[in-house]
Amino acid sequence: MMDLPVNLKNNPMLDRWLGVDADGLMVRSGKVELGQGIATAMAAIAASELRVDPVKIRVMPTDTALAPNEGYTAGSFSIEHGGPAMRVAAALTRQVFADAAARHLGAEVDDLVVQDGLFRLPGQNAAVSYAELAGAVDLHVSAFDLGFPRLLGVEDSAVGLRRPDLPSKLSGAAFVQDIRLPGMLFGRILRPTSPNLRLVEFDRAQVASLPGVVSVVVQGSFAGVVARRDDQALAAIAVARKSARWAAISALPKDDDALSWMDVMPIPPRVVVAAEGAAPQGRRLEASFVRPYLLHASVGPTCAVADWRDNGATIYTHSQGVYPLRVQIARVLGLAVESLTLIHAHGAGCYGHNGADDVALDAALLARAVHAPVMVLWSRVDEMTWSPHAAAMRVDLAATLSDEGRITDWECRVESTPHLARPGMGEDPNLLAAAELEGPVPTAPQLAKPPVATPGFSISDRGGDRNARPLYDLPRLTVLHHELPQGPLRSSAMRALGAHLNVFAIEGFLDELAQAAGCDPLEFRLRHMTDPRAVAVIMAAADAADWDENDAGAEGIGRGIAFARYKNTGAYYACVVRVAVDENVRVLSVHGAADAGRVIHPDGLLNQIEGGVVQAASWTLLERAGWSEDGFTVQGWDSYPIWGFRDIPPISTTVIPSREASLGAGECAAGPVAAAIGNAVAHALGVRVRQMPITRDRLMAAIQGEMG
Amino acid sequence: MSQKHEEDCMTNRDGHGPICLIVNGQSCAVEVDRETPLLSVLRDDLGMLGTRTGCLEGRCGSCTVHVDGRAVQTCTTPVWSVADQRIDTIDAAAPGTLIARVRDAFLDEQAAQCGYCVNGIIMTIASLIAGPAVPDRGHILTVLDERHLCRCGAHPRMLRALDRLLAEAVA
Repeated sequence: MMDLPVNLKNNPMLDRWLGVDADGLMVRSGKVELGQGIATAMAAIAASELRVDPVKIRVMPTDTALAPNEGYTAGSFSIEHGGPAMRVAAALTRQVFADAAARHLGAEVDDLVVQDGLFRLPGQNAAVSYAELAGAVDLHVSAFDLGFPRLLGVEDSAVGLRRPDLPSKLSGAAFVQDIRLPGMLFGRILRPTSPNLRLVEFDRAQVASLPGVVSVVVQGSFAGVVARRDDQALAAIAVARKSARWAAISALPKDDDALSWMDVMPIPPRVVVAAEGAAPQGRRLEASFVRPYLLHASVGPTCAVADWRDNGATIYTHSQGVYPLRVQIARVLGLAVESLTLIHAHGAGCYGHNGADDVALDAALLARAVHAPVMVLWSRVDEMTWSPHAAAMRVDLAATLSDEGRITDWECRVESTPHLARPGMGEDPNLLAAAELEGPVPTAPQLAKPPVATPGFSISDRGGDRNARPLYDLPRLTVLHHELPQGPLRSSAMRALGAHLNVFAIEGFLDELAQAAGCDPLEFRLRHMTDPRAVAVIMAAADAADWDENDAGAEGIGRGIAFARYKNTGAYYACVVRVAVDENVRVLSVHGAADAGRVIHPDGLLNQIEGGVVQAASWTLLERAGWSEDGFTVQGWDSYPIWGFRDIPPISTTVIPSREASLGAGECAAGPVAAAIGNAVAHALGVRVRQMPITRDRLMAAIQGEMG
Repeated sequence: MSQKHEEDCMTNRDGHGPICLIVNGQSCAVEVDRETPLLSVLRDDLGMLGTRTGCLEGRCGSCTVHVDGRAVQTCTTPVWSVADQRIDTIDAAAPGTLIARVRDAFLDEQAAQCGYCVNGIIMTIASLIAGPAVPDRGHILTVLDERHLCRCGAHPRMLRALDRLLAEAVA
């Protein structure tokens, strides 16, 4: 008998996953909708086993009182881990209902067929639906007691399936920011303008006297205002800021250039891969690649609602991990975990560990102070300064080339700030307000110890070394990772984690090695690749782009190719990018190819890859967050430009048909797109920019460096 | 805050008394500070929650509505400045209206990821293609980049929805 999927073993009761009432079927996944369309995919998976139309399945919110605990929705694991659990749970549910249908119809269960949500004997009119059997079935039954079900497998019903959550999102209330509870008040938080400042005091009496202000809450250096209206809370914070005094609690490195400040922190490396044997002789090349801190920069404000009752609360949150967050908030508040219910509500686009967890604690603290439901929204500037940044990184590579043009040795040294500092992953809660409160909870905002295991979420790397190991055939390999436990800015997981810079570095360096070997970049990659699925996506991208090995580039026009398999275990993606370089880099086209195994929701896959291409191009060409003597350098959208409509090139994605196991694909494009842009710029200019973002200044510096 | 019937509604431009708004064809009076952003009045007084709260600095465009047919960012618009003017939001877009047609084109192209920015973009596109002249695609993109942001990278799909609408406008 096949083994049950891990997430189902951890949550074996079927009524955690599925439910039926008079209105039909409901599913509850522990994987939450982040804008990536996972709710649609889960409905499609359940529908294919239940044999109902997926649009008739209601996807219920992930609620710690009701839903399975699947840890975080992160790491492109939702389809890989959450999908099989949902599939088996749905198939078991179908079997439980089939037994009830057989009794209802007076038939043998093995003779029944189920189609369009109806059980019947073939050729007969008498039929019974899931909803009609709801009263006769108890889903409070353990999967362990039922055994492994017969899986019906994928139907093509998800082809053309539209996302059921979009019509309401495109017309009315749909997001956590739209929740309106009776008697709900609005809170805003007063936070510093520099990463090294702490609040000392402000004129509380003045703020308390402002229109609409219900309470001024101060605990340690945590300070918030609760008001009847959100605009009143905002106005009160503006007044509080005028009288606020701040104190520096640490010094900032003078320069926010990632190349300089990282080197002053001596951190012993973690050996990810150790080389064996003596280093071979040959021609040796070296290069360093850098990425600054980046921002999630979601369009919607970080938000949570806490509804405080007696000695506990219900918290509505757009967190990626309601179960782990519940534990950490309970810990900070000194409450039993059971006294908190966390309910996931949709937020604006989430690309990783943003401020969603922090604001949930903010809301809980304010709601506890006023014993009423409180919504807290973050300001744009708080959003772009105090939510965790994407880690800053540097990658140093060295390789040896044989006379035959093969790589015989590869050394990689990664330096990064933390990529995996989610609440519950380390010793500290890593919730912003927890570090501001006075009290017994550990207050260091960053991660000091390696992450602990979280149900349904296995961590095979530390984020900084994600994709640091090339998938190519390298006879001798060394990978070291230096992780700075506390960088100047708060950092944690953002889409693709270290893979963005690691793939940019690996694939950029491969082009440098190919050039040194006098070899076409496509040919050089194929020379070092034996994984047939990797070869297939590389060839598919090259074919889609009409790759021409005799294209000499220059005249400001160039093309680059790059490949990665996300995490070396997820989806395969390769692309060819064409660019025009004048004062800036303009992307002319992106021809991509992906192998994500068996595809659950084809349009969802394409949407994720298209979005990943656009976002990664924006990171690579425009984005940078840092600090100066005056504090955070980003103060809002004007100081953090991102790609817009006129930047969008034609983007194509060839999806390789596959019946292999489904592979997470939401993050697969980021690294290859960045690298292909870098390679295309080098092809266009004849010089390489190894530091992101590839801006006008960096282009000029690279050209002058070559000439000088 | 209170809402009164139309006959009671007379905006006092001296800054006292209720401010009269015509929202989605309904007249209403709101008693708020006259500098209150229109966004706050729409969401917190009138329940128009499809009009999103975004950056509050007039950049991301997620709060966009129509004021006398023009696309306006409500987070930086004081409510007094739109008194007695016709305000249309996405919340009440009836089937067959231009706003609903633009929304349908977005749904047909599944032109969203999180969907947070989309309502504002729909409102701006609807205002730009409303006139009798054939709209200029380049001009529309320039306006979208000046007034809207999308972080998920759903732009390619939104452009497909726009092109579908432009093709209908020409046909």
